[in-house]
Amino acid sequence: MSINQLIALAPIMTIAGTAIAVMVGIAVRRNFILACSVAAVGIILSLWSLGIAWRESPIQASLLIRMDAYTLFYMALLLSAGLAVLGFCYDYFKDREGENEELPLLLLTALLGGSVLVGSSHFASFFMGLEILSISLFVLIGYPLNQVRPLEGAIKYLILSGVSSAFLLMGMALIYAQCGELYFSGIGGYIASREDINIMVLGGIILIVAGLGFKLSLIPFHLWTPDVYQGAPAPITAFIATVSKGAVFVLLLRYFISTDSYAYKPLLNIFSVIAGLSILGGNLLALLQNNVKRLLAYSSIAHMGYLSVAFIAGGSISSILVIESVTFYLFAYFITTIGAFGVVSILSTPQTEAEDISFYRGLFWQRPWLAAAFTLMLLSLAGIPLTAGFIGKFYIFTGAADGRLWGLLFAIIVGSGLGLYYYLRIIVVMSTNVEATAVEPAQYFISTAILVFLTMLLVWFGIYPTLLINVIQLVAYVT
Amino acid sequence: MILLVLICVLLLGGFAAWFSERRSPEAPRWVAIVTLNVEALLLILPCSVAGHVDGLSSAWFADFSVPWIPRFGIGFHLAMDGLSLLLIMLTVLLGFMAVSSSWTEIKSRQGFFFFNLLTCLAGTIGVFLAVDLFLFFFFWELMIVPMYFLISIWGHENRTYAAIKFFIFTQVSSLLMLLAIVALVLIRHNKSGTYSFDYFELLNTPLGPDAALWLMLGFFIAFTVKLPAVPFHTWLPDAHTQAPTGGSVILAGVMLKTGAYGLLRFVMPLFPEAAHQFAPVAMAMGAISVLYAAVMAFAQSDLKRLIAYTSVSHMGFILLGVFSWNPLSLQGSVVTMLAHGISAAALFMIAGALQERLHTREMGNMGGLWPGLPVLSALALFFAIASLGLPGLGNFVGEFLVLQGAFGVNMLLTFVATLVLILAPIYALIVIQKAFYGPHYQHSLLSDFNCRERLSLGLLALTTVWLGLSPQAVLNVSAPALKQEIQSSVEKER
Repeated sequence: MSINQLIALAPIMTIAGTAIAVMVGIAVRRNFILACSVAAVGIILSLWSLGIAWRESPIQASLLIRMDAYTLFYMALLLSAGLAVLGFCYDYFKDREGENEELPLLLLTALLGGSVLVGSSHFASFFMGLEILSISLFVLIGYPLNQVRPLEGAIKYLILSGVSSAFLLMGMALIYAQCGELYFSGIGGYIASREDINIMVLGGIILIVAGLGFKLSLIPFHLWTPDVYQGAPAPITAFIATVSKGAVFVLLLRYFISTDSYAYKPLLNIFSVIAGLSILGGNLLALLQNNVKRLLAYSSIAHMGYLSVAFIAGGSISSILVIESVTFYLFAYFITTIGAFGVVSILSTPQTEAEDISFYRGLFWQRPWLAAAFTLMLLSLAGIPLTAGFIGKFYIFTGAADGRLWGLLFAIIVGSGLGLYYYLRIIVVMSTNVEATAVEPAQYFISTAILVFLTMLLVWFGIYPTLLINVIQLVAYVT
Repeated sequence: MILLVLICVLLLGGFAAWFSERRSPEAPRWVAIVTLNVEALLLILPCSVAGHVDGLSSAWFADFSVPWIPRFGIGFHLAMDGLSLLLIMLTVLLGFMAVSSSWTEIKSRQGFFFFNLLTCLAGTIGVFLAVDLFLFFFFWELMIVPMYFLISIWGHENRTYAAIKFFIFTQVSSLLMLLAIVALVLIRHNKSGTYSFDYFELLNTPLGPDAALWLMLGFFIAFTVKLPAVPFHTWLPDAHTQAPTGGSVILAGVMLKTGAYGLLRFVMPLFPEAAHQFAPVAMAMGAISVLYAAVMAFAQSDLKRLIAYTSVSHMGFILLGVFSWNPLSLQGSVVTMLAHGISAAALFMIAGALQERLHTREMGNMGGLWPGLPVLSALALFFAIASLGLPGLGNFVGEFLVLQGAFGVNMLLTFVATLVLILAPIYALIVIQKAFYGPHYQHSLLSDFNCRERLSLGLLALTTVWLGLSPQAVLNVSAPALKQEIQSSVEKER
């Protein structure tokens, strides 16, 4: 291993090192604030070291991990999301009883898994990254030990995740049996050298897609989503919804592009069905929810469906536009989802989780700024202009129209109409007139600051997305 | 530059109104009035140019363009011609009316109310000015959100349902338009290799007949939902009935016109051939709207609902006129837009004033109001007659021109639409008969119109008379713009 490769790996090593530091720190002295600040410093250091790694990129940093613009950009995105979640976690858990110090540690290991995942170019790192991420998540979901719902969610996630890993491994085995390669590029070489469709490879990819479908909670692999979203503490839900799903999607896209799996047209048909089902099913089921966390869970199913449409378009359009649209959409989705769950987490108290829709009654008149931020987040999820979500949706429309996916586009339009109904329902509830009650809300400075920042980003990229588009184009062209 | 200022003034005014609520609960409405005054003053300059547009090389007499999202060739491109100028003047005039009718009606959260009112107007003016299709869509969506809040927060008993229905109808149909816009741009991209959302660039995109028809339909549905035309009209009676008076004024007076404007500005020039093929269907929809809505209006007992249906009926004329696509019928459509904007706004203001006094919109609970409210009743009679199309008032000019223009294109449909001249007096006079004449219904002492209300409705009445007696001034302003639209579509068709 050369020194350049080592430097390129600095961000991942920093995260791993910080995790160890936090662990040792907890052994010496249990202090939640200390653990959180060490973790935060570690994440910031790692973000900074991305800049150093940038100079070495693109480089095959080890046999398993490739550090290029694509990896670095998504690592930055995941780490920033992790930092935001850490901030929300701090406010959420600081007043709660119990030993909360392991929480930042687990967030760090999950981020480590995510970072490995987005950089992986080999089945081994793919699987390892995914498992590091998932195992951290089981514990994070069930972190409030003495409550029923988190435990239920954790167990569900554990079992389904185990099943999906089995699918993944089987898929990898089938592909390996046929190609004799574990490198993505090697598999790509095999697929490119054959003109016909190899049924074993096809089966393998289908199994991998099924395994990843669990993580992305695409219909029909979505059954765990609402329960886990509801059970997990609000900031952790934000983490699952963004970091875990984002990292997996990024990997899926890289796998498809670098192994040339787009050549397998039947796969795209399967994907189209999954995407259409997710869009319509997610939105329809969300209509029935009275619990904001469950509602956002179903809406996230639909959003993963939208994202898959952009991904499917890759079958017939240039991969540059696909990477661009997926990246922009994910970026907007990250901001919005973290922001929305951030609001839930700010409103939650150690006694009650702010999940029932009646909890939000009259929020507009009691805490106008918080409600305004939540409204913007919801409008962004619905894809209304002035928010980054609109530009994201525009990207998906462009990609899908270029790929002539008229059926899926129609599903998106119907889905958006349905989606609007339940997003507006929350907004309606928030704007209901109530007698002003003089309850002094708890002040969470860190969470508030993060929320303000996210809202500003949301509006900024909604009005003037050029800066972000330029960065993303760089990523797309270099890859 | 002035075009940007026109939009920004309203936006800033909106924020100022919101924050001024902290000073005093009455401050926002004064801020709104001042903002609209500034806006009206700003309009003087383009008005003075509009008179001498013949000397210029094109009908566009103001233009503002900066790049916005270069990746897709999207520019922040605004431009103004006679058509947009007229509609913006209507918007500002009705803005005053909306503020005036909300003066005492809105009692809670006035800051946020006037914020929404002004941003809604800003969005509408943006729609009338945008000549970049992405920007147009941006404003198109932007004006819906504040209107949604106006209905859902300050509306009447069934407001949530009405607001959500309004939002979903317009949003879903506008996504079809977004799809059509994107597809149009991609077709151009495939031919020329560059992205551009600019209206003037896209005008020259060669399209196959099938593609043109589908794209045209995407635009057409979005605009006819907004217009609205039967069968896409069902959101409108609900939205109008439940909206506060100020919201109804804007909705009926200005927002419906954005649909008509879109048909005129985008559908016909961008897809002339497809639109000509489709014209019989569209004109039939127009004629059906005219008749069906008139019959429905007659059957209503809720005053605001009745007025809402008359709007659908009048909008049918515009659809008929636009798709006849000759100078006469287009001029008629433009005059109908203005005249209907004024008369419908006035009728909604009267209905709102009645509701404020009687706390009901049911005509069954009214009756015999004339002795108690002479001024209000007289004005109601005036605007009811204007709305049924009495010669000498604005609506007559518009409808007459539309029918005359359409006659040469499709005689049968014109004949059908003309039947409304029998139905309109029935529904207009039934209002007067039920609400203002007849046996005296039990009411406590009612206060007649005060100064503010007399002034605003008097202004509208004068405008209607002026529009009816001397429409040439308006026709002169819109003529060059319409001529240019027709020319560009003819050129493209060759």
